[in-house]
Amino acid sequence: MATLPSAIQRVASPWAPRALLRRLRNGDEIAHLVTLIFASFIVLLTCLIVYQLWINSLLSREQFGWHFLFTRIWDPVFEHFGALPFVYGTLVTSVLALVLAVPLGIGAAIFLAELAPPRISDSLAFVIDLLAAVPSVIYGLLGVFILVPILRTTVEPGLRSAFGFLPLFKGPAYGVGFLAGGVVLAIMIVPFIISVSREVLLAVPRDQREAALALGATHWESTWRVVVPFAKSGIMGSVFLALARALGETMAVTMVIGNDPKISSSLFAPGYTIAAVIANEFTEATGDLYLHALVELGLVLFLITFILNGLARLLILATTQRGAVPE
Amino acid sequence: MNIKTSIPELPKRSQREVSPDVPPRFTISKLNFYYGAKQALFDVSLEVATNHVTALIGPSGCGKSTFLRTLNRLQETLRHTRTEGEVLLDGQDIFTMDVVALRRRVGMVFQRPNPFPKSIYENVAYGLRINGWKGSLADAVEHSLRRAALWDEVKDQLHKSAYALSGGQQQRLCIARALAVDPEVLLLDEPCSALDPITTAKIEELLFQLKESCTIVIVTHNMQQAARTSDFTAFLLDGRLIEFNPTSQLFTTPADPRTEAYITGRFG
Amino acid sequence: MNLRVIWRKSLSIVMLSLTGACALLAVSLLLFILGYLAYHGGKDLSWNFFTKLPAPVGETGGGMANAIVGSAKLLLLASLFGVPVGFLGGVYLAEFGGRTFSFIVRYVTDLLNGVPSIVIGIFAYAVAVLPVHHFSTLAGGFALGVMMIPIAVRSTEEFLRGVPRSLREAAMALGASKWKTVATVVIPAAFRGILTGLLLDLARVAGETAPLLFTAFGNRFWSPGWNQPTASLPVMIYTYAIAPYDDWHRQAWAAGLVLLGLVLVANIGARLILVRGTSFQRT
Repeated sequence: MATLPSAIQRVASPWAPRALLRRLRNGDEIAHLVTLIFASFIVLLTCLIVYQLWINSLLSREQFGWHFLFTRIWDPVFEHFGALPFVYGTLVTSVLALVLAVPLGIGAAIFLAELAPPRISDSLAFVIDLLAAVPSVIYGLLGVFILVPILRTTVEPGLRSAFGFLPLFKGPAYGVGFLAGGVVLAIMIVPFIISVSREVLLAVPRDQREAALALGATHWESTWRVVVPFAKSGIMGSVFLALARALGETMAVTMVIGNDPKISSSLFAPGYTIAAVIANEFTEATGDLYLHALVELGLVLFLITFILNGLARLLILATTQRGAVPE
Repeated sequence: MNIKTSIPELPKRSQREVSPDVPPRFTISKLNFYYGAKQALFDVSLEVATNHVTALIGPSGCGKSTFLRTLNRLQETLRHTRTEGEVLLDGQDIFTMDVVALRRRVGMVFQRPNPFPKSIYENVAYGLRINGWKGSLADAVEHSLRRAALWDEVKDQLHKSAYALSGGQQQRLCIARALAVDPEVLLLDEPCSALDPITTAKIEELLFQLKESCTIVIVTHNMQQAARTSDFTAFLLDGRLIEFNPTSQLFTTPADPRTEAYITGRFG
Repeated sequence: MNLRVIWRKSLSIVMLSLTGACALLAVSLLLFILGYLAYHGGKDLSWNFFTKLPAPVGETGGGMANAIVGSAKLLLLASLFGVPVGFLGGVYLAEFGGRTFSFIVRYVTDLLNGVPSIVIGIFAYAVAVLPVHHFSTLAGGFALGVMMIPIAVRSTEEFLRGVPRSLREAAMALGASKWKTVATVVIPAAFRGILTGLLLDLARVAGETAPLLFTAFGNRFWSPGWNQPTASLPVMIYTYAIAPYDDWHRQAWAAGLVLLGLVLVANIGARLILVRGTSFQRT
């Protein structure tokens, strides 16, 4: 057995200058560079969005400062702009949507993840995905022509006679308004809650269920007391994602909200949301200040969804990783 | 076992001895390999004889695959790894050589058949295409498939998907794919571990024919396979080369007690 | 004690049935939407819808030929912009990316995915409308293209990562350089999946309305070239639905049916492509 005496230490790192040269000749560095440029472009593009929102809202930010968010007057004629009615409308419709959609969505997710046989669960999940793919303008169309008449003639009078003592359910039934916006949003976000929650629930390790069942828990108890708490933060994540979508959703809400910048305690009253006012007034904005005020609304919307999305990602990541780590 | 060899100046296997005038194809000295902080190979030095079969044996995790994959520098494509030492191919340092040229000269067959999701023909032609082959593709493909003893079975279905083949056929297709670029060395990483005995026999037979024109390094955890197919055997244990000798000698009169323990089945 | 067991068991059955009811409700919603649109839109869907321009305000009849062509043009532009950026960005993440920068790109991509479409509209307005002082097909295509990027990136990355390492090694062992391996083995092996992802992506932006409102704007006539405002199906549906004319409402339903049909066909088609099997063996 013969060996050579030399034992040159060599680090075969791809970053050694010689290696770099070689890779350049093979085209590897070029491919790396090209894809890197495109990847950086995405980051740049996102920064550019923030930058454009920032500079194009300059006038409004200088004129109104923080008062912008807390003023309830929106008067394009006298160029006085306050975002409060829109912030209020956005919050009310989104919260209403969550109240309606979260129980429905989580319930359906539990059924799909815990009860339904895998094949049925998969095909139902596919149907849910299709539901999520329906364009929002279609929901708006259905909202205008089906939901609004039903609310006006049946639901709102019914609610008023049953719960009329609450300020929420007082006032004339318009059909269009916060309630219509909330219901349409609820229908639109349910698919998201279902499909994300289902994934998170499916990621809960089997032994968690088995441990509960072995202790004599009923199927429901093992699901509600063990599986759901285990997946809690992921489900929260799905709710945050849904909320972010609800806040930013434009078309369907614009079509049923009534487009009236008022703050009313009644859910039956027409209102306005941030996204809706941008959609309606952007092309009609005559003065620079008017346009800047609308862009500032966009900036507000961007920041809210930015924060919510960030939180949602973290929560979902936390749960799926917990499920992946063997105890 | 009598094995014919076409190159007269090379030692006959019956001589059961390494003749000193066999030129080494690979000369490996003081090879160290690290996965992050964990060292997987410790100062491995050996020479791979030209146009012979060299087998690497040892218990799983002993570093034999790592060693093999360092020879065509595939191992360094894994993240957080580091290689130290010297590997010469025909006297040329493989770490300063163009990696593409190196891999064209040193073919490899993997543990599990891994044909590309392309037709049989395209699988074999792949290496030729990327290396800018100027001659007739069809001829080269046929030649390689014949060398891999697969031609007769697939000649009527060359344009079918490679996945339509059986596991053994797929593995021979992978051998044909590696042979198409006419490598000087063929590295085989447990090529039969996923195959049935009959196919295994076919591939072993193939090795005898291939070594007339090709230097072969085979990793196997099957000692019978090493004994049947190889001229030289290296025994690795925990990343160290314990013994490297002509196969007949290693299996009959092992120099190291640990080798003896392994080949007699006392561990691993 | 016995009573308590009965109570627990009944509770279990009731609650589990309720979850089933939730799922049923969600699923029947889709069937309802489909059924209603098919019924309502189908009545008014005629050959004219696909071939005629919108009738002048006040007259009945006409179609949405210009909106269909407009949508196609917008989607073409969106793909030309969004697909290369998203695809190559995804290739970077799956094949070339280091640790830190990849994390940043992934995170930013997720954030971009969450940006409300109306905000993308404002951005496209500021970048592509404001400097030239007029609405255009180009601006609309740009807005939709930006919306395509995040999904294109993530689905490309996901499907490339699904290609087994053994295939890459086989190519590298034959002397293929990294980029050749990626271009000739990895991408072809993941092609079907990537195509599916892009198809779904396209279907998603095909229904987007908000980013088009002040980029492509709208047009009641043909929009020649790329530099003028153009009609599109989603914006037409919106305008027609909120207008006070019955005839327009009928056309909105027909357009809704066409749009939903396209989106669903794309979704189901994509699913079928994927279900027919991945194009590599899992070993």
